[in-house]
Amino acid sequence: MPELGKYAAEVLSAYGVSLLLLAALVGLTLLRGRAARRALEEVEAEAGRRG
Amino acid sequence: MSLWQYANPVKFLALSERVQPVLWALAAVFVSVGLLWGFFGTPDDARQGSTVKIIYLHVPAALMAINAWFMMLVASLIWLIRRHHVSALAAKAAAPVGLVMTLIALVTGAIWGQPMWGTWWAWDPRLTSFLILFLFYLGYIALWQAVEDPDTAADLTSVLCLVGSVFAVLSRYAVQFWNQGLHQGTSIPVATGNRSVADVFFYPLVLAMIGFGLLFLALVVYRTGTEIRLRRTAALRARMNRGA
Repeated sequence: MPELGKYAAEVLSAYGVSLLLLAALVGLTLLRGRAARRALEEVEAEAGRRG
Repeated sequence: MSLWQYANPVKFLALSERVQPVLWALAAVFVSVGLLWGFFGTPDDARQGSTVKIIYLHVPAALMAINAWFMMLVASLIWLIRRHHVSALAAKAAAPVGLVMTLIALVTGAIWGQPMWGTWWAWDPRLTSFLILFLFYLGYIALWQAVEDPDTAADLTSVLCLVGSVFAVLSRYAVQFWNQGLHQGTSIPVATGNRSVADVFFYPLVLAMIGFGLLFLALVVYRTGTEIRLRRTAALRARMNRGA
């Protein structure tokens, strides 16, 4: 860990908030993508059964 | 072989499946190396102390906040002129990514500004234009959600994107336009090449900027694929309901 001196709180909070936002963005993107993929597969299977 | 062939959703999905592993891997490498090098491997600045380490988040996020809107502008123009659905969906997919980048730029700017300027916020041209850009992102996303017909939503959001582009330009050039306020000038002016960042800070910053660009690209390609699948699912459901 580098010596951040009197600005440690500012630097760490900037990194903490930013990495949290990026992780949330990537996580929600992947979750929504998987749900969409699953929903399409189900509808295509249903459409296939109905001919 | 033409770029326009990827306006076909099936061809776009096939391409995105191929390029995504590479994009995600490169984004992870560049973001990680840029941020880790910047955080652990650079010295404090003589005047700003360790707060200079915030630059590796603030500048790449701000850069992508503006570039995301320009990407949406290009995609919106393609929709308005050529009516390619994939381009409208790509613009829709990019908006939340741009919103998060703008939020990171605003939050890290405020955290950085407090010890350096003595205030979290000032109605400085660049800060204010960035706040307006953030509000435009919110409005753009809300408009997509509010309009039921997808083609009408794409038309309306494209027009909103054209209007918002004025503020994206202002965000980029606010310092040059007004030459006042607290915010410093561009750290790395591409036109003149006279950068104000020393080499020791510059190289990890470039890696972080490339990383954020690649992350944006990976996210937009993935999210566009998601939007295409959601549109296809809705169309199939509507067809089955009509046939039932």
